[in-house]
Amino acid sequence: MIGSIDPVLLVASLMIASTPILLAAIGEMVVEKAGVLNLGVEGMMIVGAICGFIAAVKTGSPLAGFLGGALAGAAMAALFALLTQVFQSNQVATGLALTLFGLGLSSLIGQGYNGIRPPATARLDLGPLSDIPVLGRMLFSHDWMVYASLGLVAAVWAFLRYSRAGLILRAVGESHDAAHALGYRVVRIRVLALMFGGACAGLGGAYLSLVRVPQWTEGMTAGAGWIALAIVVFASWKAGRVLLGAYLFGGVTVLQLNLQAAGVAIPVQYLSMAPYLITILVLVVISADRSRVALNAPAMLGRNFHASR
Amino acid sequence: MKRRVLLATAAMGLGLATGGAAFAQGMDNVKACFVYVGPIGDGGWTYQHHQGALAVKEAYGDKVEIAWQESVPEGADGERVMTQMALSGCNIIFTTSFGYMDATNAVAGKFPDIKFEHATGYKREHPNVSTYNARFYEGRAVVGHIAGKMTKTNKIGYLASFPIPEVIMGINAYFHHAKLANPDVELVVTWAYTWYDPAKEADAARAMLDQGVDVITAHTDSTAPLAEIAKEGGNAWGFGQASDMAAFMTNDDGSPGPRVASIIDEWAPYYVKRVGALMDGSYEQIDSWAGMPEGEVVIGEMNDAIPADVKAEAQAMIDAITAGDYHPFTGPINRQDGSAWLAEGEVADDGTLLGMTFYIEGITGDIPQ
Repeated sequence: MIGSIDPVLLVASLMIASTPILLAAIGEMVVEKAGVLNLGVEGMMIVGAICGFIAAVKTGSPLAGFLGGALAGAAMAALFALLTQVFQSNQVATGLALTLFGLGLSSLIGQGYNGIRPPATARLDLGPLSDIPVLGRMLFSHDWMVYASLGLVAAVWAFLRYSRAGLILRAVGESHDAAHALGYRVVRIRVLALMFGGACAGLGGAYLSLVRVPQWTEGMTAGAGWIALAIVVFASWKAGRVLLGAYLFGGVTVLQLNLQAAGVAIPVQYLSMAPYLITILVLVVISADRSRVALNAPAMLGRNFHASR
Repeated sequence: MKRRVLLATAAMGLGLATGGAAFAQGMDNVKACFVYVGPIGDGGWTYQHHQGALAVKEAYGDKVEIAWQESVPEGADGERVMTQMALSGCNIIFTTSFGYMDATNAVAGKFPDIKFEHATGYKREHPNVSTYNARFYEGRAVVGHIAGKMTKTNKIGYLASFPIPEVIMGINAYFHHAKLANPDVELVVTWAYTWYDPAKEADAARAMLDQGVDVITAHTDSTAPLAEIAKEGGNAWGFGQASDMAAFMTNDDGSPGPRVASIIDEWAPYYVKRVGALMDGSYEQIDSWAGMPEGEVVIGEMNDAIPADVKAEAQAMIDAITAGDYHPFTGPINRQDGSAWLAEGEVADDGTLLGMTFYIEGITGDIPQ
């Protein structure tokens, strides 16, 4: 019976299903690399989802929608930055509050946008590539946001690994006192990292409301932001593994539904548990060596910085 | 005080014995309160309950005050919200999700003068608790017939939420009538284990479409499955669920959209009737299970994707059910294992339906336990 699942279609739909969490997770990874823990990903995503949706509906252009989603996410992150970086509030509590605030705010501004259909996001025309028999349908027939998200992962990887700015960002995350002593503007760098993370989360939200579900419904992120947070830990703060984690989670989610639809005789409960179970399993395997995990986590993660201390 | 307790106990005993205790005194002004499990903006289940609440206000104007709270979690929070409502002067409280069952009965015990109405439940532990439900399976039967006629791949899908009798009843009604319309039809059931998660609902619909399913009915609350079906560009069809979901009836270019019909939960007649009964003093404890004849289950407008003859057949079935001439579960129907359930012409009784935990013959796969 498993034979009736078409692997080509499976890969194609897992790429779409994973994109929102991938976007949110890669942004959060940069934030955490700078030493800030922002638990408000879910809130930023959903505000990005509704603002992106409204922007796309008002202008008729999906591009404007994604832009609006990113801006709204960044604005939410700026609020978080103001509270934690300027007013020195607790990051965990502020992040949780940001999620609750985002959920409420999004349903307020979303009033009157139920049941509307957004403009369709076009598939990227890759010319001859899309005509390759198997790979074409699998990899080269998606909308441009899927490729943009992959490009973003590569860009973040290269930025952190090879650029001077990336090195400074990592230094801030590892020891903000040392970075400060060297003359780097710790707060400014963290605010910028937060805004980037917010913009990515907003993009992920906009992808949900414009492409994956295409419509606005309240609470539509349904926990995707929390999955993104888990994937950052799962990936031990490495860009390549964020991609792996997001595709693995999205892949298992899609696969379990496909197995059900194909009538495979595995009890449904196990199948629905599978994405979470496998995430936990991989987490256990990855963190088996405690010292390596401790090395990977940014040392200043979640700690506030003030120049006077 | 003691005498009152005694009277209340006696009334309760009487209520249990006769299935209804009369509250003879009418009221001039009623405050009706509603507890919702989701946001009003879900476009489905909660939205329809809210339409019912607004209809009550419309019907009685200044004599009625309505209040509601959205997205109330089932469990302890539900109990807190209901207590708050009871203390704030509500005369009748509608709790609109199965999961509020125990909370409703617990709060009702503390406020014997306030009427409680619990949707889709079966516990009536106090004389002031009534339960109400709708015969959604009547709607499933009609869309099942349409699905059987419209499928080209002979594979139809059911996006199921949780394995409870309510959902299993829907699956059986849908498949039974699809099979009557098209003997070659095959059913694919996918369990999402959620009432409301648009992204997951879309994924589940996608998984079925990838398997060659071309007509899907959903038992979840959002419009996401229809949006996913729309991507097939006229090669797959679906139905509005709980609400009309008319946004998907016609495409932007004017061609028929993916939503070919819909099953609408119409709570307004019931809500208006119950609040009215409270006002004129005829209110009694009841267990209501109404359907098409009472106007609580309505099939939304069928679009032009459905061939005219199929439309006529579906309309004939709607008319027959509404007139009480036809019951969607009329034998012969066998259970999944081939043993007889309903003999020729036999009609299913409500008890069996409400406790339904088996598939009928022809459905493959097992119900998750």
